[in-house]
Amino acid sequence: MKKTPLYEKHCALGGQMIDFGGWIMPVQYSGILDEHEHVRNEAGLFDVSHMGEILVSGLGAFAYLQRLVTNDLSGAVPGRVVYSPMCYPDGGVVDDLLIYKMAEESYFVVVNAANTDKDFAWFKENLTENVIIDNVSEQYAQLAIQGPNAQTILQKLTDFPLDQIRFYHFQSDVVVCGIPSIVSRTGYTGEDGFEVYLPSEKAGLLWDELLKAGSSLGLVPIGLGARDTLRFEVALPLYGHELSATISPLEAGLGRFVKLGKDDFIGRDALIRQNEAGIKRKLIGFEMIGRGIARNGYTVSHEGKEIGYVTTGSYSPSLKKNLGLALVDADFSEDKFDIIIRDKAVEAEVTPYPFYSKKYKK
Amino acid sequence: MSNTTGMRFTKEHEWVKIEDGKAYVGITDHAQNSLGNIVFVELPEIDNDVCSGDTIASVESVKTVSDVYSPISGKVIEVNSNLENDPGLLNNDPYGSYIAILEVSDASNLENLMDESQYQSYCEEEH
Repeated sequence: MKKTPLYEKHCALGGQMIDFGGWIMPVQYSGILDEHEHVRNEAGLFDVSHMGEILVSGLGAFAYLQRLVTNDLSGAVPGRVVYSPMCYPDGGVVDDLLIYKMAEESYFVVVNAANTDKDFAWFKENLTENVIIDNVSEQYAQLAIQGPNAQTILQKLTDFPLDQIRFYHFQSDVVVCGIPSIVSRTGYTGEDGFEVYLPSEKAGLLWDELLKAGSSLGLVPIGLGARDTLRFEVALPLYGHELSATISPLEAGLGRFVKLGKDDFIGRDALIRQNEAGIKRKLIGFEMIGRGIARNGYTVSHEGKEIGYVTTGSYSPSLKKNLGLALVDADFSEDKFDIIIRDKAVEAEVTPYPFYSKKYKK
Repeated sequence: MSNTTGMRFTKEHEWVKIEDGKAYVGITDHAQNSLGNIVFVELPEIDNDVCSGDTIASVESVKTVSDVYSPISGKVIEVNSNLENDPGLLNNDPYGSYIAILEVSDASNLENLMDESQYQSYCEEEH
């Protein structure tokens, strides 16, 4: 199994280590509920060094990426981060990405950890002229600091005025703790916060200094367990759950990141056809009425007929309810339905998502 | 934490304690610790007849669902309904928070269970 540069730190902090897509990662330290609350109310520090990074550069870089992803990069200026699904020709999703526009001919693409090799192979397979791609995943560590106190804490370690980095923007060569880093105002929690990309060998230093700087402001290390409950409450999609090779971004409710009007891209024809024929499935949010927690893969049924399945279900630490997201037949329009839990139908009710309102500083 | 005097333990990390022909069944400290924050407990139905090894309850943490197997055969005569509103009791006091009480019909499986010191070494070996 692969280890991030912070593996020893996690063990020393009492992190409970698990296999996550081939990576040995902390699922929790003090406990998921406690960690979750810290991020919502104070601040949390995440090691997300397992995420992959691919550099795309050259005269053809812009056109190349435009063809690979569903969102439109044409309006993006350097310093901007763009979120986008990347599709197969049939409209299924290869992965969802963050694209950092470094310069007109240079992009830093952040991909899901477990998809890094698959994505890089896909990038290679679709390579065009005058484009250089480089899988730099091992050279970069990534730390995320999230929560209402995130900026105050990170600001202690850099002279760069973080106020100048707006939501979904970044700055390169920010010196944090003496380490030149890429700093973006992004995250996966629904809270204000930053993601910091830095050379792998410096990750331990920044990790320790951040925990020191944040100790009086409630900063604690956060494992993958709370990372999942945090993203789930604000309904940020997780690849393998709300998105996959068999779920299109339109079905997943991510139509705003699919620009069918831009020039041709992989999957465009299929997605146009889906739109014209009517999208067959939709993502809905729900709250359990009966006793039980819906889990990924559980069947959703209505009057005894299967209408879909749960993509993510969990106890919501912030709302103290059992909530879920499900992919169901698009023509289903009732308020109530059942989740099949251990062979029993347990009642659930449709509720709008995100369940928890995002607290972004824009 | 409540004491463990007279308890016997399963390999699946349940405990059982017999008092006056009644078997109190719960999960061990090791179990709650590896599950993490417990947020839901599905209790058995009263009057259910169970054999040792049958699933009698489900305990869910934030991330995982875990079955609870009965260490003994009998009829469910009482459940700990406090766990419905406060499942975290299993984290805070695993040996003081039974899940169900059984009227024992066949105690022979008790011989196959571990006493506390055997269970401690079993947990250490598992790691």
